[in-house]
Amino acid sequence: MLEMIDNLLSVFPEIVQTLIWIVLKILAIALPVMGAVAYITLAERKVIGYIQVRIGPNRVGPRGLLQPIADALKLIMKETIIPTDANKVLFIIAPVLAFIPIIASFAVIPFGDGLLLSDIDAGLLYLLAMTSMGVYGIIIAGWASNSKYALLGAIRSAAQIVSYEIAMGFALVCVLMAAGSLNLVDIVEAQSGSLLHWFWIPLFPMFIVYFLSGTAETNRAPFDVAEGESEIVAGFHVEYSSMTFSVFFLAEYSAMIIISLLTALMFLGGWLSPFQGLPYLEEAFAWVPGTVWLLLKTSIFLFLFLWFRATFPRYRYDQIMRLGWKVFIPITIVWIVVLGIAILAGLGPWFD
Amino acid sequence: MSAELILFYLFSTILVVAGFMVITIRNPVKAALFLVLAFIACAGVWILLEAEFLAITLVLVYVGAVMVLFLFVVMMLDINLAPLKEGFTRYLPLGAIIALVIVIEISIVVGPERFGLEQIPAPEPAAADFSNTKELGRLLYVQYVYPFELAAVILLVAIVAAIALTLRPKRHTKFIKIEDQLDVRRNDRVRMVNMPAEKKKSPRRQKQG
Repeated sequence: MLEMIDNLLSVFPEIVQTLIWIVLKILAIALPVMGAVAYITLAERKVIGYIQVRIGPNRVGPRGLLQPIADALKLIMKETIIPTDANKVLFIIAPVLAFIPIIASFAVIPFGDGLLLSDIDAGLLYLLAMTSMGVYGIIIAGWASNSKYALLGAIRSAAQIVSYEIAMGFALVCVLMAAGSLNLVDIVEAQSGSLLHWFWIPLFPMFIVYFLSGTAETNRAPFDVAEGESEIVAGFHVEYSSMTFSVFFLAEYSAMIIISLLTALMFLGGWLSPFQGLPYLEEAFAWVPGTVWLLLKTSIFLFLFLWFRATFPRYRYDQIMRLGWKVFIPITIVWIVVLGIAILAGLGPWFD
Repeated sequence: MSAELILFYLFSTILVVAGFMVITIRNPVKAALFLVLAFIACAGVWILLEAEFLAITLVLVYVGAVMVLFLFVVMMLDINLAPLKEGFTRYLPLGAIIALVIVIEISIVVGPERFGLEQIPAPEPAAADFSNTKELGRLLYVQYVYPFELAAVILLVAIVAAIALTLRPKRHTKFIKIEDQLDVRRNDRVRMVNMPAEKKKSPRRQKQG
């Protein structure tokens, strides 16, 4: 099939061909992501439903499987309302700005051995930069809506994301120290060996800190004070409706996917099989493609996101700040020192 | 025109326009947003110069952290623009003269005659396996390790000084001590009372039918 497309494209000049190829590759990543987002919303409602001993959506399609499509249609059909005295341009741009950095960060994610759009050397830094840019959508949305609650949500979110960015950055520093590279492919390959070679054992505190900071960065429960329905109505997106609102939703759920993918890549060996290095089992499961393992590992973390939301009450704002600054950052700094000693000592089986 | 050249002109046009808007636009929030755009365009130019580590760090540090805090402050301030514009015409001649002097000085130091391929030959394009990150790491942590560490210590001193200068003695606030909250045990808050169940006084409602 790829050769067929190549033949079809050969009528165009060279530069147009490369451009079309890049666009096709982007679509091959972006469309499944959109589909995944749609079905995570369904999974979220179902999982939380069963945790709360009810069934969840079950009317549209068999077992409610078409519910996300119905929801999407409903959102598209609604009217986009722009509040009076809102800054129109920024009001419309804000959801787009929230969404672009997240979808751009999928560019460096390796979905399997050699299955990635762009193999850049500073991949981890690029991801950190992109996830930190997502905050602009929220800040601009809060400011442009000309609403008190939206502004409060935006300010909360800005402070929260900037605080957790630091802990997240330090956790990534530990990963790159352990792998000796910023390139995501190299990071996964450094974990090759067996389940015990993965970085979740030597970097266990960082594993926890990274995932919790990721939860805070994506504004998910229990750190969702930026929305805080019970305190500030719906926070930064209180004035948004229709597609502008759903783009915020897309951004939030894509960010969840990114954080889960990255946790799986950096701490759980990415596309490596969990049976690697075990006799018999390794051969028995050799036919499973690496992408399947990666997606399975990713879904564990996606499920954790939903589980957290159903289980924990929302953190108070000062408690969030304390957790970020006074708990996570000291832990990460201590672990950088511990890890440095471990690498110097050549602690096996990870650093020998 | 090659794709690289097109991209260069695209990014530099955005950079210049955004930089101009930062100083001319009235609304401070919009000015800060244009500064963000200028940073991103600048990062694009740096990537064209094969300095991808610096470009990404620029986005990470300035766009991702510094400008967020800037916006944070600017949005909270209620800036009245009228007094800022007072006396514009009065100070205009002096300002224009100073600006002119600065432009002349800059053009003397970095005038067009100091650039061009005769003065600075075009750098060799880096090999395919060249890693900007590794090269920078080698410079910072091997060749210039002492100046780098010194700069780090000076920054640390600056941080400590800034905190020490702004730290006020604790006022009488109702701030909650989190340690006390964490120390709370169940028995401090809940008392289980054992009492016999009471009998209902009202007779049972009669079955219908």
